Amino acid sequence: MNEPRWQHLFNDYSNPSFMELLRREAPHLMPAAPPGSMDAPGEAPHGTTVLSVRYRDGVIMAGDRQATAGFQVASRRIEKIFKADELSGVGIAGVAGPATEMAKLFQTELEHYEKVEGENLSLDGKANRLSQMIRMNLPAAMQGLVVVPIFAGFDEKAGVGRLFKYDVTGGRYEETHYDAQGSGANYARDALKKLWKRDMAREEALRATLEALFDAADEDVGTGGPDLVRGIFPTVKTITRSGFQDVPDDEIRRVCEAILADRTREANGS
Amino acid sequence: MPLPYYVSPEQMMKDKAEYARKGIARGRSTVTLEYRDGILLVAENPSTLLHKISEIYDRIAFAGVGKYNEFENLRIAGIRHADVKGYSYSRGDVTAKALANAYSQALGNIFTQDIKPFEVEVLVAEVGENGSRNEIYHILYDGTIEDERNYAAMGGQADEIRRFLKDHYREGLGLDEALQVGVRALTVTQNKTLSEKDLEVAVLDRTKVRRKFRRIPMEALAQLLGTAR
Repeated sequence: MNEPRWQHLFNDYSNPSFMELLRREAPHLMPAAPPGSMDAPGEAPHGTTVLSVRYRDGVIMAGDRQATAGFQVASRRIEKIFKADELSGVGIAGVAGPATEMAKLFQTELEHYEKVEGENLSLDGKANRLSQMIRMNLPAAMQGLVVVPIFAGFDEKAGVGRLFKYDVTGGRYEETHYDAQGSGANYARDALKKLWKRDMAREEALRATLEALFDAADEDVGTGGPDLVRGIFPTVKTITRSGFQDVPDDEIRRVCEAILADRTREANGS
Repeated sequence: MPLPYYVSPEQMMKDKAEYARKGIARGRSTVTLEYRDGILLVAENPSTLLHKISEIYDRIAFAGVGKYNEFENLRIAGIRHADVKGYSYSRGDVTAKALANAYSQALGNIFTQDIKPFEVEVLVAEVGENGSRNEIYHILYDGTIEDERNYAAMGGQADEIRRFLKDHYREGLGLDEALQVGVRALTVTQNKTLSEKDLEVAVLDRTKVRRKFRRIPMEALAQLLGTAR
């Protein structure tokens, strides 16, 4: 072994990464590409639209609730926004199985670092770590298991909310205003282009977010709209100085109903 | 040619145990008490950066006394054990009992096989939820494992502290009362009072969601000690 002397000296003590630990101790638990070449499992459930919007106090993350397999609804109640730690969240789009797995690994990675080191990773450090995970998934992505998350959080040092988008090769790009990901993303982005304003208050940002998800559900068959029959509404989270918080269901329902009422009125021309 | 000298196993174990006990006795002590909303851990530790108490998993905390580098190593091994287990099964399957057994095995093996035993004692605490009771495991330098109820003490003056707690502990204490008893217990063999600057305090708080571990910052600690006095 021509391992550098100091690494041997530290005897892997100084490594706070859960991913490295898993690779070493339990490689069978690592997410990996299916062996051999195979065609994309076209009917695997896909998560469809997630988005993130910057506003005065931080960032909002939201996603519809539908998972779609081909032309069928695979699930009506899937959650696509995960809490990564106290001050950040990850929204998943792409093939639901590996995407959920990646979110879980990412959560554990951040928590592990925090416990071992006794302090939080910087927001850039977290974003970078996620980008490495997406790169790790590239062989699987080449076989059709594409996972492209969106990452947002509150940067304690800068005192602002920040959001990052990714590409399938692990490329990481910081967005300054808003971004959306998934099959309905183009429509959501177009809506946000008109609605987004600098330093929006919480209510205004929440309304813009839900309008964008409405438009995505309107145009994209994969994205689920608000389901009034079953009472299923999009998930919306806020990430601010005081942490990662759920926007209560009642509030989401109220805003959804207001948007529906406005749009109905406009359509009927009264 | 010098003769290889013979040492009886009894003698060897006795020497090792004495060596480990001396090392531990030099360090400062730690107490753990059950209180109304969970488990309180108090260590005499003037450093705010090098911790003796830390989080292992959602409901599980760790405390160590003795040689810092040795219990720090055990702490990280514990976090790794818990995180891998929670990732491969589910978060609810990570238990203090399994972790305490792993520590007991590790310390037992080191004690019998290595020339130098670890000069540490560690404690693993798990707060019970939904009516199940708290668990506190105390593991000694030779792998001896004990499960404790209500309170536990480790370190140099553990015996005196335990005697004090036996007389002064009662069930259902509030956080401030429990803290006061704990701090008084730590000073029982010393002629000095401990202020918030000499203490490291954390709780496993049952009322918190998911991650129950919470450090008590110095300002809050001063307040708790002030109101308790």
